[in-house]
Amino acid sequence: MSLRPVLQSDTFIVTSEVGPPKGVNMEHLLEEAKLLKPLVHGVNVTDIQAAAMRVGSMATCHPIKDLSCEPVLQMVCRDRNRLALQSDLLSAWILGIENVLCLTGDHPTLGDHKGAKPVYDLDSVQLLKVAKGLNEGHDMMGNELEGKPDFCLGAVVTPGGNPVEMQIMKLEKKVEAGAEFIQTQAIYDVNEFGEFMQKVSHITVPILAGIVLLKSAGMARYMNKNVAGVFVPEELIKRMAAAGEADKTAKAEGKKGGNQVAVSIEIAAELIRGFKPLCRGVHLMPLGWGHHVPKVLQAAGL
Amino acid sequence: MTISEPKALEEILGTLAGQNKVFLVGCSDCATVVQVGGEEQLKQMAAKLAENGKTVTGMLVAEPGCHLLGLRKEFRAHRQEIDSADAMLIMSCGTGAQTAAQASEKPVHSGTNTLFLGCVERFGQFKEYCSACGDCTLEQTGYICSVTRCSKGLQNGPCGGTTPEGKCEINPETDCGWLLIYNKLKDQGKVEALRSFTAPKEALVHPGQRTLSREGKEE
Repeated sequence: MSLRPVLQSDTFIVTSEVGPPKGVNMEHLLEEAKLLKPLVHGVNVTDIQAAAMRVGSMATCHPIKDLSCEPVLQMVCRDRNRLALQSDLLSAWILGIENVLCLTGDHPTLGDHKGAKPVYDLDSVQLLKVAKGLNEGHDMMGNELEGKPDFCLGAVVTPGGNPVEMQIMKLEKKVEAGAEFIQTQAIYDVNEFGEFMQKVSHITVPILAGIVLLKSAGMARYMNKNVAGVFVPEELIKRMAAAGEADKTAKAEGKKGGNQVAVSIEIAAELIRGFKPLCRGVHLMPLGWGHHVPKVLQAAGL
Repeated sequence: MTISEPKALEEILGTLAGQNKVFLVGCSDCATVVQVGGEEQLKQMAAKLAENGKTVTGMLVAEPGCHLLGLRKEFRAHRQEIDSADAMLIMSCGTGAQTAAQASEKPVHSGTNTLFLGCVERFGQFKEYCSACGDCTLEQTGYICSVTRCSKGLQNGPCGGTTPEGKCEINPETDCGWLLIYNKLKDQGKVEALRSFTAPKEALVHPGQRTLSREGKEE
């Protein structure tokens, strides 16, 4: 079952994310997926996230589907030309994958194979249009397909993009091209997100607010400095820093810490409660902290 | 303008191993402006080769180095110097090196790396503007090329990687091409044009060597 029924319902939608491993040990990832399964409507599987070479999204979606967990295949335009993108979409459908999130993809120079040739034969808007065409029974050249898929297509937007008007223009194109749901880049300011949602009130497809779990004050500062479109307010950084100090003290005294984890969960839950009246759902990006997602959702009252 | 830079001397000497007599070829057009294969650079290269035990039999600043028939004629005028050399070292661009390889039987080595098609912003400063994609859409993007200026060559607007300073997230020195396009069209009151869908480019794909014949074409 694709995400479509839940998108069309009144349910507050929750999706999360897993990142395939660098190497073939899938144990940890599948444990995470098992944990998430009863709590979320879908689990995104990243596609060579941050351009750091790893197991592929399609292959990882398959065992997740076998767990009766609903995978969302992330597909980036960085590594495949139009032949491979279309072929992989059809292949994904054969493997039982019904949801696809279409993205541009981080540039190779940000990853661990900096000399890789970037492809970007299609962009994310074009990929959405092509995928919708496959749903309609033809490839991008208009050739008829023998048996067609029925993907539920998703797209992303960066509410903190500069300027946001440019992001919204592209978002409109993505919806026009076939996106049925939107997951946003990480946001940490409920008021700013509220303003963004007002600006996109004409967008009728569900928007899920993105939340990256903060692991430390250092990580928050790193994102502020290095991840375009993501801004963690100073107040949240201070809370994480204080928790970090408390953990240090506890460790020095030979006690168990856990303050940073607790504050991270608390912040994510506050954000979810803040976003809930503003949009149709949330998309959690735990970045390896998938085992904390149950507590986040519990604290958020979901 | 074809923008090239010189290869490291060690690499050049490596390609010339066993070939002690060298004829140097530069170019009067791009390579002279870019200061990689003009008369001055050929003289400097001749001195470096001499320091490393090579004999330079002669040199030629071709006018230009990418004109096959013209180069053959210029090579004929330098026949003796070329005949007495073991190899030619081409200090222009990749096209110049290959034109020379066709115009002469002599072994050819390239002394440069060709980088991009560029504009001379000021003396010694070059910037890339055109990727020669063969399907020009400048008219829609305010004469700022999205193929070249966007690091990902995106056609339908920016990714999420525009920094608060308006740069591309892959390099703080590089402007976000789409922000430049957006601001330009906004200034011109044409920003609405960005709402229309741009189809994937076809002509980026070329079947091998691209050719153009203007013969018999009406002007």
